[in-house]
Amino acid sequence: MNSNQNERILASLRGGPITRREAVRRTFLGTAGLLLADRLIVPARAAVRPATAKAVIQIWMWGGPCHLDTFDPKPEAGNDFCGPLSKPIATNVPGIRICELLPELAKQADKYSILRGMTHGVNGHETASYEVQTGRKPGTGQVYPGVGAVVSLFKGYEAGYKGLIPPYIVLTELQGRFSESGFLGSRAKPFATGGDPGQTPFVVEGVVARGISDKRQRARRELLHNLNTLGVVIKNDPSLAAAEQCEHQAYDLILGDAGKVFDLAQEKDALREKYGRNTFGQACLMARRLVERGVPYVTINYKGWDTHKENFQAMRRNLPIMDKAMATLLQDLSDSGLLGSTIVWWGGEFGRTPRVQWEPPWNGGRNHFGKAFCHVVAGGGFKGGRVVGSTNATGEEVTGRQIYPPDLIGSMYELLGIDTEAKLPHPQGWDVRVMPATGENLASAGRLTEIM
Amino acid sequence: MQSSRRSMKVVWMLGVLTGIAATAAPVPPARPAIPSNPYESQRAPTPLNELDHLVFAQWKKLDIQPAKVCSDAVFIRRAFLDVIGTLPTGKEAKAFIQDQNPQKREALIDALLKRSEFTDYWTMKWCDLLRVKAEFPINLWPNAVQAYHHWIHAAIRDHWPYDRFARELLTANGSNFRVGPVNFYRAVPSKDPPGLAKTVALTFMGERAEKWPAEKLAGLAGFFAQLNYKSTQEWKEEIVFYDPLKTNAQGVVTQAAVFPDGKSAEFSGDRDPREIFADWLISPQNPWFARNIVNRIWSWLLGRGIIHEPDDIRADNPPSNPELLTYLEKELVAAHWDLRHIYRLILTSRTYQLSAVPNDSKPAAEANFARYPLRRLEAEVLIDALNQITGTTEQYSSAIPEPFTFIPEDQRSVELPDGSISSSFLEQFGRPSRDTGLESERNNRITADQRLHLLNSSHIQRKLEQSPKIQYLLRNTTTSREAMGGLYLMILSRYPTEQEVQAFTDYSMAGGMKGRETALDLAWALINSTEFLYRH
Repeated sequence: MNSNQNERILASLRGGPITRREAVRRTFLGTAGLLLADRLIVPARAAVRPATAKAVIQIWMWGGPCHLDTFDPKPEAGNDFCGPLSKPIATNVPGIRICELLPELAKQADKYSILRGMTHGVNGHETASYEVQTGRKPGTGQVYPGVGAVVSLFKGYEAGYKGLIPPYIVLTELQGRFSESGFLGSRAKPFATGGDPGQTPFVVEGVVARGISDKRQRARRELLHNLNTLGVVIKNDPSLAAAEQCEHQAYDLILGDAGKVFDLAQEKDALREKYGRNTFGQACLMARRLVERGVPYVTINYKGWDTHKENFQAMRRNLPIMDKAMATLLQDLSDSGLLGSTIVWWGGEFGRTPRVQWEPPWNGGRNHFGKAFCHVVAGGGFKGGRVVGSTNATGEEVTGRQIYPPDLIGSMYELLGIDTEAKLPHPQGWDVRVMPATGENLASAGRLTEIM
Repeated sequence: MQSSRRSMKVVWMLGVLTGIAATAAPVPPARPAIPSNPYESQRAPTPLNELDHLVFAQWKKLDIQPAKVCSDAVFIRRAFLDVIGTLPTGKEAKAFIQDQNPQKREALIDALLKRSEFTDYWTMKWCDLLRVKAEFPINLWPNAVQAYHHWIHAAIRDHWPYDRFARELLTANGSNFRVGPVNFYRAVPSKDPPGLAKTVALTFMGERAEKWPAEKLAGLAGFFAQLNYKSTQEWKEEIVFYDPLKTNAQGVVTQAAVFPDGKSAEFSGDRDPREIFADWLISPQNPWFARNIVNRIWSWLLGRGIIHEPDDIRADNPPSNPELLTYLEKELVAAHWDLRHIYRLILTSRTYQLSAVPNDSKPAAEANFARYPLRRLEAEVLIDALNQITGTTEQYSSAIPEPFTFIPEDQRSVELPDGSISSSFLEQFGRPSRDTGLESERNNRITADQRLHLLNSSHIQRKLEQSPKIQYLLRNTTTSREAMGGLYLMILSRYPTEQEVQAFTDYSMAGGMKGRETALDLAWALINSTEFLYRH
């Protein structure tokens, strides 16, 4: 794709989602006819609903926790399925029970909905991660961008975002075996903070440096400028100008106020305790601070859920940490009035085999299971206190309403006001839309209208 | 504690002062005079070889003023980065700058073309284009990556003629774990015959076959219709083979195909159609084969193709200098497809020696190579250069648990075989994903978060602070000027100018910092300079 074409697509993004009628109107007005010509071939459809969500906090459960151990307990299935976690607890929503290790989340159930009908049938980490986060099937010869890259494209700089904090943040590491940006390339890559929010200070790579005072920062910046011999000799070179502009932006973060968002010490101790003084707890708090500053997409890459061996020991260790942090996040977002405009999306690439592998070497482990699993969504226009879809008595089959990854992703885009039929900028200029058109050989059971 | 700190500072300041005093004395004989513009020599460009005559003629025709010839310091740095993807050491830079041999530039090119890093660097380039990657979406798997990478590396190391290299990639049969080149047909966005045809056209013809008329693509696809894949008892092993009985979607065996030049080919059933295609492709008369590769090499060394983009060759994208392109094509055929001959022709030309300081602002000047274009260092080259300067390493590991892939800690990033083995630094600095084989996958554009990382990350700051090499340099130099000269040679491959010496002296005097800290700040400033970050 040439840069002109890119410019046009991006220009169309700046105006936000545009209905077909609006597009036609603009064409007649002659202001943006060329710009929107592409859109006119899109068949008539319902107008894009007004956006309720402005941001997404994605809690990515790397490895895929088991639905039976979290939000879809099956105590009646017996020890071979639920192991020692056989006493689910009631929540503040009558009729909804969740795992006994999630007492704090039980008090917040009115804020979130549990998607028990999730399914895609893929059991490999990379392919399942890809499908759950792009809404596309692998093997099409394309690497589609993940939800974060798409949201930050439509809500980021090209759409008028002005923040100095990059519009797509990952706490703290990239996913590694999944390319967040796909064919959008490195400009859509998230900014990975590095460091550990559970430590003080939270050393965000590049923004916060230990042991270098602001005074020394300023002085050595001046030294850098005084030694800029190449820039003095070569004037008006576009690449040098770009490098200079990037340097200014970098220093606005290092020395300006924007970087203070990462200073968790600005939060009250009591609140920090409530989230939990650990990496995940403080990452959740960090996510709220970022969203509060207008960052449209934050992923918390939460590892440790690929429990092939000794699953239940791992659940006893990890679920209380998750419970405390995620429950506090929901309460805190709600208290600060951000929950209405912030989608919280919890889930991993798949679930785990409902039937426990008691034999060695697994010793009570669970394998990958893409046929049935659950995700949780809250806020941003999603209703709380609901359950969508269900699994059978052993959790091995989805019964009734199925939810495929594109159903969930398309629903989020709708709440964010992203036109799912808009074109994505493609390096080879191919006609690629935000979501696949129906009939693109993709299983779908429709958007989550039950909770929107 | 307090007093010892103060005394160290005094020692450092004395060093600064003696350094200044030394400048007043006659210049030591070993140190050449440094002009305020260390990038240009005073020589006006004159043609050195036939290639130059063709480029110079074009400038004359278009009234373009070329840049001056670059300085020796710029030349050694540029040649090292371009030919072997490696920064010259301070010692190498110093020796070259002081060398009095009038033929030293040519001698340097010859020496670089023989170094083992040449093989490593250009293997990386080919692994980008040939999509060498274990995981999604290419999914070669680590064993196959090793076989494929090893094969490419050996072919470059052993100077295989380019026609043989291409023919083996196109016609190989066998196991993905044992016969490296069969992975060419596995490392593809799409394995159906039109998908394979697109990859072949992109790789060896520099054309985007998705822009072709449908029948032209279908014609080429016919040559790949009898290619088949089967799995074995061994996990993830796959045999790629000629299957004369394979039928297409209509249930028939493909009997004919059409070459991209419109001539048709009929299959007899006793010969793999891929061989028929390969023989057509690698013929010296083929209009695409030599053109694609000489144009690519030109773009790799001079930042821009004679046909630009180099992998988007089509009738309506003409070369900026057709005679030059034709000349290089003929040279390659006459040299029996030895690619190093083309490298050498370009690298020993005057055109390649031009400085990056432009003398002409016309757009046509860039398209006609009237200066050396500034380009940010590639991700792998940049991190290797930082490691070389500081004497530190990076750790890489494969996320795939089985089979286990071990990466020695001192292995350079350029040598990473697998596109799936990466780091946040490499991702941030635009390493290609190796999904499509497009040249544009590599993104050398600078971004704010890259600058943030280099300016202020613990990753880079730690490299500087824990650097055994900088430590060694400081311990073995007596004046700050000497230390400064050492850092400049290590990082920018040149001596500092008088203005730079002055600027750093001012910094040392004003700082209230320890000598070691000011020296680290100098190293920090140099690795953050555009002169370091850009090839120039």
